[in-house]
Amino acid sequence: MALMKVKFDLKKRVKLAQMLWLMYWFSIMAGVLVFSMGLFFKIELRKRSELMDNNESHFVPNILIGVGLLACFLNASGGKICYDSLDSTKFVKWKTVLKPFLICCLFFNFLLIVTAVMCFAMRIPLEFTLAEGLKNGMKYYKDTDTPGRCYMKRTLDLMQMEFRCCGNNNYKDWFEIQWVSNRYLDFSSKEVKDRISSNVDGKYLMDGVPFSCCNPSSPRPCIQQQITNNSAHYSYDHYTEDLNIWKRGCRDALVSYYGGMMNTIGILVLMVTLLQIAVMIGLQYVNTSLSTLVNPEDPESESEGWILEKTVKETFTDIMAKMKAMGKGSQVDEGANEEAVATVS
Amino acid sequence: MVVGKMKLTFQKRVKLAQGLWMLSWFATLGGAVTFALGCFLKTELRRRGEVMDNTDIHCVPNTLMIVGLASMGINYFASRICQDALDPGRFPRWKTFLKPFYGCSVFFTTLMLISVILSYIMKGSLETSLKIGLKNGIRFYKDTDTPGRCFQKQTIDRLQMEFQCCGNSNYRDWFEVQWISNRYLDFSSKEVKDRIKSNVDGRYLIDSVPFSCCNPSSPRPCIQYRITNNTAHYNYEHQTDELNLFIHGCREALVNYYMGLMNAIGAVVLSVFLLQCSVLASVRLLQTSMEAVAGQENVEVDSEGYLLEKGVKETFMEYVDPVLKLLWLNEVTPAEAKAEAGTS
Repeated sequence: MALMKVKFDLKKRVKLAQMLWLMYWFSIMAGVLVFSMGLFFKIELRKRSELMDNNESHFVPNILIGVGLLACFLNASGGKICYDSLDSTKFVKWKTVLKPFLICCLFFNFLLIVTAVMCFAMRIPLEFTLAEGLKNGMKYYKDTDTPGRCYMKRTLDLMQMEFRCCGNNNYKDWFEIQWVSNRYLDFSSKEVKDRISSNVDGKYLMDGVPFSCCNPSSPRPCIQQQITNNSAHYSYDHYTEDLNIWKRGCRDALVSYYGGMMNTIGILVLMVTLLQIAVMIGLQYVNTSLSTLVNPEDPESESEGWILEKTVKETFTDIMAKMKAMGKGSQVDEGANEEAVATVS
Repeated sequence: MVVGKMKLTFQKRVKLAQGLWMLSWFATLGGAVTFALGCFLKTELRRRGEVMDNTDIHCVPNTLMIVGLASMGINYFASRICQDALDPGRFPRWKTFLKPFYGCSVFFTTLMLISVILSYIMKGSLETSLKIGLKNGIRFYKDTDTPGRCFQKQTIDRLQMEFQCCGNSNYRDWFEVQWISNRYLDFSSKEVKDRIKSNVDGRYLIDSVPFSCCNPSSPRPCIQYRITNNTAHYNYEHQTDELNLFIHGCREALVNYYMGLMNAIGAVVLSVFLLQCSVLASVRLLQTSMEAVAGQENVEVDSEGYLLEKGVKETFMEYVDPVLKLLWLNEVTPAEAKAEAGTS
């Protein structure tokens, strides 16, 4: 008893082939979309690789690019098959290839689902990479004279302004590191000597933040030095002042930015998967309907199409039996390796 | 004296009609692109409308939008005309339509050319408008509690950060304005009282700039207060330090940005203009060559097509006369014209 049997006459077959050809064109565009999204994601990761300690994994965007290209190729072939299916002479050359092609499509759809799941799951390793990278970035903020780190200040400043965030978890992270280089500190001054002697590592720590933490929406000019000292500024209470500097941490801001991007890409890949499954089923119908013509000589005869020749359970047991037979076949050929075969089956 | 006379065989006429149909659709697309570019330019100008004093510059995108729409209409009719041109039964119905069609087309095509030149003419006006607008923006920077001006600070800060500029002509514009509101000044402090007394208007002027002037590319943390005082900061000389603040003025940055945008748009519009001209010339050629075989038994003969029946000046007067008649400015005879010339 076949799965989802449908009766076909010539008109229905032609309609199916035409519709399927159109759907294949949409699928090619969907493949291009997936490819371009993978590329976009890769570029976005590259742009901020300094903040991720140059350690970020490009696995997901690479997979997206590969899957997009593969989708284009498979869908182009599928479209060609559909186009040729209307002409029985042209279709003959495709007959032998069709079954392996459909199995390829099935595996490809599994790959698409796995890719979508990975898109959603990548958020977690990204969060860890960003936490580490931002911490180091802030540490190297002052090293504008060290080769390899001289652009860290600029990168961090631009990022804080663009994402409207300050520090790793919040602005207090800046209080714990020395972000003013020793080149610009007057070591003969009393204030500097006091601050340096006041902590174990001899770092110049202050309760100030870089200018890039300033919020333009604040009604008063930005207070970036002596933030926690209410008496240093007229009419200022740092507990109630919300708009002075950005309250959000940059790790939060970046994770939500990338997370949003990955969620969108994941959802789109799932939709492309649905489209791919639909065209695969359509192609199976075309295949079966053209191979079961009542009268093989007459192209206008009726035929039947189905998704699976037997029921799902029977097909599954058939496949298992085939795999066992293949395993036993190798046992007959290599009679000596009985133990190895025992572990295999 | 006929302008642009050309002999056309039947095959050539057919090819001309087909090519023209394709070309007119491309030209319609070009018209749509022109309209879209006009909309885009208008949106960009409106985004920064708060730092512009007047909207004179908006005549450029307005013209582009009008020309874009007109171009789409002209090319649509051109495609319809060339579709009917090869059918001698359907072609005569366009006869009365053609003269106003050509008049309008030439007018709007010239307008397209003018719109490209307009952007260069309006540069001076844009610069003046920005000068006044930015001056006001900087003056009202501190008025974050005055309704109608409370967003000036945010606008100017965002502008300076995005365009990487400081002040109107340069950062010194901030030294001449009180940009810190009185609400945040401690009037009991000696320093504040000294500064206010030191100038005629009683303003609190400092040699400092807002944080949005800070250049992220600077190797050292931003020095925005006491900029001209070398001793206030360790290892600092303000005459040689170029990376600390943005050196360009915002007026210059904005004018460059808009002129760049209008140059790019001008290049695209110029190519659409050339496309449109070729479409109009082809329609005219097709029309005149079809009229030459109109009413004949065998339509497959050779015919002559031309662009203008008379010279350029005579054709121009032929079109302009009805318009002038409408406006009662017509000169009937040369004698009367001489008398008029004498009185005026």
